[in-house]
Amino acid sequence: MKDFEYVAPRTLREAISLLAEKGERARVLAGGTDLLVQLRSRRFELDRVVDIKHIPELDELSFGPRRGLRIGAAVSCSRLYNDPDVVERYPGLIDSASIIGGVQIQGRATFGGNLCNASPSGDAISSLIVHAAVAEIAGPDGKRTVPVAEFCTGPGQSVLQPGEILVALQIPPPRKFSGGHYLRFIPRNEMDIAVVGAGAYVELADRKRAFKTVRIALAAVAPTPLVAGEAAELLIGHQVDDEAIAAAAEAARAAARPISDMRGPADFRRHLVGVLTARALKGAVARARGQFVPNAVQDPENADAPIPVRRPEAAG
Amino acid sequence: MSKIHVQTKINGEDTEFLCEPRQSLLEVLREELGFTGSKEGCNDGNCGACSVIMDGTLVNSCLVLAVEAQGTEITTVEGLAGPEGLHPLQQKFLEHAALQCGICTPGFLVAAKALLDKNPDPTEHQVRHWLAGNLCRCTGYDKIVRAILDAAQVMREESAAAG
Repeated sequence: MKDFEYVAPRTLREAISLLAEKGERARVLAGGTDLLVQLRSRRFELDRVVDIKHIPELDELSFGPRRGLRIGAAVSCSRLYNDPDVVERYPGLIDSASIIGGVQIQGRATFGGNLCNASPSGDAISSLIVHAAVAEIAGPDGKRTVPVAEFCTGPGQSVLQPGEILVALQIPPPRKFSGGHYLRFIPRNEMDIAVVGAGAYVELADRKRAFKTVRIALAAVAPTPLVAGEAAELLIGHQVDDEAIAAAAEAARAAARPISDMRGPADFRRHLVGVLTARALKGAVARARGQFVPNAVQDPENADAPIPVRRPEAAG
Repeated sequence: MSKIHVQTKINGEDTEFLCEPRQSLLEVLREELGFTGSKEGCNDGNCGACSVIMDGTLVNSCLVLAVEAQGTEITTVEGLAGPEGLHPLQQKFLEHAALQCGICTPGFLVAAKALLDKNPDPTEHQVRHWLAGNLCRCTGYDKIVRAILDAAQVMREESAAAG
């Protein structure tokens, strides 16, 4: 790895000017699980690395019933799944936080970094999209917000301009009778990049028998995470039943634009979109109805362990 | 680039070192400080052989810059055994023959310690999931999982006996 200057500013303003000064030759370091690998493989060279973990507003994880959830750009996946508010209210986000890498990666990797890395297969991005997350960005010209659904512009490309920095992700408070679910297909159980991922969010009405709001987003089937708007539209106002879900899954399949690569041929990926969309929808519906749906790391036999590792009760 | 002065605590002892910004924590642990228990396997976060605990969080030391260790507390495999002998995890790895070539072992031991620190009574499912980020090409994992479950039981009994 070529040497670079390391700086760890304490304020957002300082971080922005440190970044802006070097343009393309500076990058943000949050968890480093993508950046350090990219630097080591010489995908690019940098003059300056700006560690954002010491800036209070980027390190903030907070929830309020009116303002919703705020995930600072430097908050790690493991902080998310060790936070009782996030675990209880946003199980769909926990689905993602608990499958990005293994425990070692989750202790460092951030949702902010997953988004800014803008990989089409980013496991956090589709979940954030279906939860209607908004990215708060700060730069030399001030602050602006961009819906996460519009953040990625191509593989590894985003709306971030030189000198701009992702500050936080803002997610609305959970609505009554709502639920989210994200899942992916990989050939192993853990530690792999999604061949296809699917996220779904639903709000139910009519005594939880009909779809009121539906959002579906797909990973690894287009140059950016893909919003399957037409598939979601099909369900709105419709009764919750297998037929409706199958029709939405078919529409998502039709919307996918996968490529063939080492992870899987396009036909297989299209097939997976149908399967995973239906499962994500069913999981989201079950959660909206208050049922337990295990994520990838939960023991399906042990619904009492809602987070990957429970902290021991106070010693008795 | 000029070197940066870093103050940290490793296995309970105050430790200072000088490093270049590009150096990983793993590189400094092994090459500057002599903690060669942490191994370099893949150097890109896939194998877990370099696992250490940093401020209570299990991390791959190859994906941490050494400068980021400023002000943190780090536990490496060298910090597991006490004056009275091996850590129960180490003892059980021996008894269950949970290693063959041994290069992954320090990473597994540190990862297992991080798990038991948080959850003294994990299910087999939880142990297996926790170890997803540690690769072993010899054992097939089964003996490792058994050793950890056994060590967890011993540690629970010890802590119950200690009141």
